Amino acid sequence: MTLSSALRAFGRFWLDFLVGDDWKIAAGVVLALLVGVALTLSATTGADWLAPVIGGIVILVFVAEMVLDVRGS
Amino acid sequence: MGSSTTWALLAATFTASFVEFVEALTIVVAMGATRSWRSALAGSAVALAALAILTAVAGYAIVNWLPRSALELVVGALLLILGLQWLRKAILRSAGLKALHDEDEVYRLEVAAARAAGDERRAGLDWFSFVVSFKGVFLEGAEVVFIVITFGVNAHDVPLAAAGAAAAFAVVVAIGAIAHRPLARVPENTLKYTVGVLLATFGTFWSVEGLGVFQPGSADLEWPGGDWSILGLLVVWFVLSRVLVRVLPSIASRGVPAVAAS
Repeated sequence: MTLSSALRAFGRFWLDFLVGDDWKIAAGVVLALLVGVALTLSATTGADWLAPVIGGIVILVFVAEMVLDVRGS
Repeated sequence: MGSSTTWALLAATFTASFVEFVEALTIVVAMGATRSWRSALAGSAVALAALAILTAVAGYAIVNWLPRSALELVVGALLLILGLQWLRKAILRSAGLKALHDEDEVYRLEVAAARAAGDERRAGLDWFSFVVSFKGVFLEGAEVVFIVITFGVNAHDVPLAAAGAAAAFAVVVAIGAIAHRPLARVPENTLKYTVGVLLATFGTFWSVEGLGVFQPGSADLEWPGGDWSILGLLVVWFVLSRVLVRVLPSIASRGVPAVAAS
């Protein structure tokens, strides 16, 4: 096994491990948290609505993924 | 950390680790029973040693290189991804849209592969048994390490998280040693469902808290009710998952479900 193929296998292992068998889940979490970052940057410090709203976005994105997943299968 | 969080941490790491160790045990027993116990156990031992090194390196890097809020954000997000993947599979299985994980079937496939494999020997070991056992234990164990580190670091109690995993390891090894067969009667989908809800709950809580790293002073975002909101999130994720189990089949009936088992 050459160094490049070993590195590729190492990268593939961690990609599979982190992304799993449905990339949409990982993409959805990243998307929801990016919206969370935008809200956090635009809100006043200590705004108490931030956490529940961002948590709600995480949940909504997951529901949308599940519905799309089942519809597309 | 409150006692409810302590128990949730212990329950989550024990249950998640139990499921992973059961899957690893199936592979090791298949190799041991059909080819060579010595080689299968040697592969498992080397994998456990590699996991110990991985745990030490990853744990040190995470604790020493990341500020607290960033740590919560990163490991919370990773926990959320892992938890939602487990929850997705569990919901689809409970809704009848995905085949249930069958440890007996996995065992049969592993045994067939072991019998069909060649007879290569290296360092006095049956190489096929050694490599397959190593991969099985390392891959399943890596998930355990990940859960123990993320839960332990965020809940500020790595020893407790590790104790949950160690207890699961001891239970699975003890049952495996007595039974000498895969643990097919474990309600694996129920366990994965439970762990998926727990990981999604803690992942949501910590990743959102960690977004405070983008605020002046990098203080955590505050959930209403502090740690009590973990309980609220747990209820929300559980109720939502039950609703999805009920609703998704009717959505899928408009097309033919074709999600493969894995």
